[in-house]
Amino acid sequence: MSTLLSRRRLITTGLATAAGASSLAISARLAGRYGLIPPDHRGIYGVGETLTYASQQILMSRQPLAREFDRSQISKVFPVNGPPPEREAYQSLLAGAFADWRLTVDGLVARPSSFSLAQLRSYPSRSQITMHTCEEGWSVIAEWTGVPLSYVLNLAGILPQARYAVFFAFDDSWDSLDMPDAWHPQTLLAYSMNGQELPTPHGAPIRLRVARQLGYKSVKYLSRITVTDTMKDIGKGLGSISPELGYSWYAGI
Amino acid sequence: MKESAYLQGLATRPVVTSDLPRHSAVVRTTHWIITVSFFGLLVSGIAILLAHPRLYWGETGSVGTPSLIDLPLPFMLTGQSGWGRSLHFLSAWVCVLSGLFYVLSGLLTQHFRRDFLPAKADLAWDSISRVTSSHLGWKRISKSESMSYNVLQQLTYLVVVFVLFPVMIWTGLAMSPAIVSVFPALVTMLGGQQSARTIHFVAADLLVLFLLVHVAMICRAGFSTSVRAMITGGSAATKDLA
Repeated sequence: MSTLLSRRRLITTGLATAAGASSLAISARLAGRYGLIPPDHRGIYGVGETLTYASQQILMSRQPLAREFDRSQISKVFPVNGPPPEREAYQSLLAGAFADWRLTVDGLVARPSSFSLAQLRSYPSRSQITMHTCEEGWSVIAEWTGVPLSYVLNLAGILPQARYAVFFAFDDSWDSLDMPDAWHPQTLLAYSMNGQELPTPHGAPIRLRVARQLGYKSVKYLSRITVTDTMKDIGKGLGSISPELGYSWYAGI
Repeated sequence: MKESAYLQGLATRPVVTSDLPRHSAVVRTTHWIITVSFFGLLVSGIAILLAHPRLYWGETGSVGTPSLIDLPLPFMLTGQSGWGRSLHFLSAWVCVLSGLFYVLSGLLTQHFRRDFLPAKADLAWDSISRVTSSHLGWKRISKSESMSYNVLQQLTYLVVVFVLFPVMIWTGLAMSPAIVSVFPALVTMLGGQQSARTIHFVAADLLVLFLLVHVAMICRAGFSTSVRAMITGGSAATKDLA
């Protein structure tokens, strides 16, 4: 009797373990296929990053717009963390009013291209008054004008296997967006802030604006965009410079 | 069964004398998981707060604009909010999931209705004030009292479980730019992003206050007995009160 019971228990436990393990493996595969796993998913904190990223992607599957505000709500003060890039390449472009600046778009695109500031300004633009929330805890509101990233991506022709758009800057910062955020209508290559030419400390000549994530995703001083299907070969393979500094790749929270 | 001296006149509830555990397995398990995740949230919350220890009201606020409260704490811009945020959200997942499990099970098993819902007679003002005054007198809690909750404990637990924790979750979600793109009302109902942050801070302080009083009361009721009961279940029989 007792051997029968223990054998039965053994079989049930074995089956339950197998079922648990295989459903975990299946959900991991599905999550990977639907882009629900962030590049910095490893380690104990990776569990939290993955849960947050996956659940927010599911919640945002209809790609809602971030809140937009009234002109009267624009902040009079907009703090800046860190000075503009000191390197020669940037300083000489700045001295020449960015006439020689080009934004390169390469990687998994049909037509690798580079755009001048005048070209980007000539494209259809979008203006939005959105919030900039810093991970430190402060928040400000500003009006941004620029060309939607989706417009430029379409000009370059994104290949179907693309999974991330990677952004490189003159200040050695780099970051990446998944394609839903890259295609999002509020994701701008902004050249104007509060109706003025983008001030140098705010990322001239062009900064990225990512409305549904924290401020640090909105890379300043852009120089190049690469489209890729994997983050493995870029930096430490964690999706951006942020995880290398102890911060999350995904900043929707 | 001797009635408590200082609860005379209050609605008495039957003291469990069977071998049923004083705390169910679900309550014990979730209690300790939530304890650990609460400390994770507290420590990481302080690390995040120190990146900008100023509080505001409304949508916006930053250095250079008037604050609601300037906390007497240093600004720590050394990247402590990096691990702080990761630990905070990992702990939040653990805390919220086990909290949900606890609440669902408490509703299904009628634990809340049986143990937390005050009897009508106990809600009368003189009953409450009697319990309060005897609580303030540093008197050891009698055997039968430690078996069921008095009206102050019941109201406190109800507020913690059904007000403070939900407020923490709500205000936490209201600070997420992605979440409020889906549910803008989460933040507009509170008056803005910075209002949500300030309410999050105040509710966190109240939870810490609860924790301090909770531990003080446990010491008063007999630390090892109470903790043992929350670990092993501690049969309600008399042996664990020796």
